Amino acid sequence: MINAKTTEEVALGIRRRVFEHSIRNNGGYLSQACSAADQLAWLYNEELRLGEPTLPMIPKSFAGVPSATNRDYHTGAGYNGPPEPQCDRLIIAPAHYALAAYATLIEVGRMAAEGLEMFNRDGSSVEMIGAEHSPGMEVHNGTLGIGLSTGAGLAWGRRRRGEPGRVWVFMSDGEIQEGQTWEAVQTAAYHGIDNLYAIVDVNGQQCDGAMSTVMGVGDIKAKFEVFGACAVEIDGHDVEAMRQAAKTSHPGKPLIIVAHTSPYRGMSPLKSRFPRLHYVRFKSERERAQMNSAIAAELGVAPIEYTP
Amino acid sequence: MVEMVTRPYAGAFEKYAVAHPDVLCLSADLTSSCEIDGFRDRHPDRFLSLGMAEQNMMSFAGGLGLAGFRPFVHTFGVFLYRRPYDQLIASVAYPRRKVRLMGFLPGVTTPGGMTHQAIEDISVMRSIPNMTILETGDATEVESICEAADSIDGPVYCRVLRGSVPRLFDTPIEVGAIRELSRGVDVLIVTAGIATEEAMRAREALARAGVSIRHLHLHTLKPFDANALLDHLAAVRHGVVTLENHVTEGGIGSMVAETIADHGVAKKLIRLGLKDTYAHGGSRPYLMRYYGLDAGALVAAVERLLDEKLGVSEADLAAVRIDAVHSAAKAEAL
Repeated sequence: MINAKTTEEVALGIRRRVFEHSIRNNGGYLSQACSAADQLAWLYNEELRLGEPTLPMIPKSFAGVPSATNRDYHTGAGYNGPPEPQCDRLIIAPAHYALAAYATLIEVGRMAAEGLEMFNRDGSSVEMIGAEHSPGMEVHNGTLGIGLSTGAGLAWGRRRRGEPGRVWVFMSDGEIQEGQTWEAVQTAAYHGIDNLYAIVDVNGQQCDGAMSTVMGVGDIKAKFEVFGACAVEIDGHDVEAMRQAAKTSHPGKPLIIVAHTSPYRGMSPLKSRFPRLHYVRFKSERERAQMNSAIAAELGVAPIEYTP
Repeated sequence: MVEMVTRPYAGAFEKYAVAHPDVLCLSADLTSSCEIDGFRDRHPDRFLSLGMAEQNMMSFAGGLGLAGFRPFVHTFGVFLYRRPYDQLIASVAYPRRKVRLMGFLPGVTTPGGMTHQAIEDISVMRSIPNMTILETGDATEVESICEAADSIDGPVYCRVLRGSVPRLFDTPIEVGAIRELSRGVDVLIVTAGIATEEAMRAREALARAGVSIRHLHLHTLKPFDANALLDHLAAVRHGVVTLENHVTEGGIGSMVAETIADHGVAKKLIRLGLKDTYAHGGSRPYLMRYYGLDAGALVAAVERLLDEKLGVSEADLAAVRIDAVHSAAKAEAL
């Protein structure tokens, strides 16, 4: 697809859409958009080699879970294009980033804006925690830590078939607490799975608050390296740094980009809510109104009209 | 004496995998214990060592399935569901990946004790949507388990016997079918896995005592053909006894009980198996006797069902086959 916007424009659009949605719905996964918008924008707008979407711009309703009798079942991967050998695949490992991921699909022209209106509505496929059938998703990742393993298996299989396409996994730092993450890294390293790429949104946040107060994880880059990956540490809001990091030579090893980010980037008034930023629900109509005007000004949009 | 076959899985898997290029062999550090060491040595490009990391292995297998491969995942049955249960659901069962879970050492076939004994695996797997469950009861079923498992359009969990395995049947597994081993009219006995061999011994003794036994062997535990069972329930006068190498909750006994309840069948049911208890480490014959899973327990249950002493003695039951804990047919002392 031809890029109609710059990556910076896409990133700003993601933040604006998630902000608008969260103000209207009196809460949402705002901080994930703040920390990850630049990474998701870069992936979809520049780095990933994806074909044209194969699913309708306006998402279909929920059509049942996979079963022996649900023959028409399909995942949401079609929004990332067809699974052609030359195309890349993307796994969004932290499924609660779905709101930001959906906004990304809209910004890069892969889903209609109406898709976000279906978010978390009963009977919709645009689920709050991205499901396999949700736009842009190919597997269930609602339980954290399983995405990198899935990506490693898929990448091994694709390499085995001689497919040039890569497997990218978008991760978050919280799932680094899960032992499976480290099982996956050691496996990818042991089997030399170098068509596996990951970018980790290190925003230092998890459900209970700042990761350092819940379960510190130490030096993430050093740990990835000791487990056998090629790791590059960057400013996760610096698109040029992402471009350079992705070019890192990593023969025989998976490449993992450790992207340090801020959970209130682009929406600095959210800092007043630190460290409880996992899911921002406004504490009062007064706070909601204040956040609306202040963040709207920072994002360069008019305050969102909503019904209190 | 029944023919004993040594390491039937080893040759069967190799033969099947070689003929099917999209079949991959996965192992979690129990390669010779699962009889795939020869395959590893002869076909290293088809073998993936995933180490002692079952959670990753399960999701990795899901990723291989996403790439169109059909991984056969080898480890002890207990390690396929207890530790990686979340991954089993999210990465394999939900998306209906064609992952073949080959679970060795089911129930009390291992002296490894609680941590090694898969005693509630059928119950767990039965309650997982999209899962198919197969169980082997003899060498012929082990020899045909790969083809049977690989015919499933979705994930499948198999209880696989290893080492020295008796040959009881001369036809391969036909997925979905029930083996009718005898067609008596007094008491219905339903068994699977190693319980079937015990029931065959008890059946002969019971026949000599004048009890006509209808004996069914199940190799397909899910899906389960309840309608076929109803016909057999209707064909016996007194009731049904189930015997399983598993807890009595959620396994074969429960499957029969559900069928009886669902259809309002007025027949008595006695469920034999592990009675809401863990087992411990010991030889298979010892454990089967200790926990009431052997031919003697089955005879006693039939007596209870009939409310009649049959006078079947220990000597009447065929000699118990004893496996040495240390044997050349096994990779280690487990």
